[in-house]
Amino acid sequence: MKGDIFQAIADPTRRAILVLIAAQSMTPNALAEHFDTTRQAVSKHIKVLADCELLTQNKVGREIHYYFNPVKMKEFDHWLTQFKKHWEDRFNQLDQLLINLNSDSNEK
Amino acid sequence: MKSNLLMNFSVDKENSRVNVEREFAAPVGKVWAAWTQSELLDQWWAPRPWKARTKSMDFREGGSWLYAMVGPEGEEHWAKADYKTINPQKSFSAIDAFCDENGTINQDFARSTWTNTFTEADGTTTVSVVIQYDKYEDIEQIMQMGFKEGFTMALGNLDELLEK
Repeated sequence: MKGDIFQAIADPTRRAILVLIAAQSMTPNALAEHFDTTRQAVSKHIKVLADCELLTQNKVGREIHYYFNPVKMKEFDHWLTQFKKHWEDRFNQLDQLLINLNSDSNEK
Repeated sequence: MKSNLLMNFSVDKENSRVNVEREFAAPVGKVWAAWTQSELLDQWWAPRPWKARTKSMDFREGGSWLYAMVGPEGEEHWAKADYKTINPQKSFSAIDAFCDENGTINQDFARSTWTNTFTEADGTTTVSVVIQYDKYEDIEQIMQMGFKEGFTMALGNLDELLEK
């Protein structure tokens, strides 16, 4: 992975771009119309997203269309979900252990 | 017992850090014991169906905890924590590592420094865990390893999630 996926999706504009492109593939111009920023600024955001493979591009004639790459997003999502779940499971077990410790002895 | 125990989880990209915070319905003495005594750690550290099995524990500054995460098929992932600072019932820090059963560190994987802070209020103890990596790429490496190897565990849980 060339780009940094955490950083990529930390930005609200880039998240908005992902949402738009997830609904429908778009050219950079069509995308730029949805934002109050310059075309250049949108291009920069697109590059960040493409660098970490959240977007893929496809040339149609002379135009470039950007597509959402759900696989990448899923991988990221899975990892975070998994990582978080790992901690939740671990802590639920600790809750149970603490209940047992509490009933074993009531000092401290 | 409070039924809604707080849990916060965040990835702090700027500082290459993962923050986990959780409340426990017990006084700090018991929570501290659960985090620092191997016979207690073995009971909760690994999410089911994995089990943690301690090989050696020396909970003091400069000491370490060597343990295996044992899977349902008997597969073992060895890890250790080298304790750096200990302030009893307040905080401790350790550097973790993947290793073999003799504690020889696997250099292929990034190590991270854990700082665990314990604070008690009204019989509830909050544990704050800060996992500090040297650089952001290390988190990515762990993340990518997670895709390939199921982040050491909790695969069954993930499968359930994916089916939904």
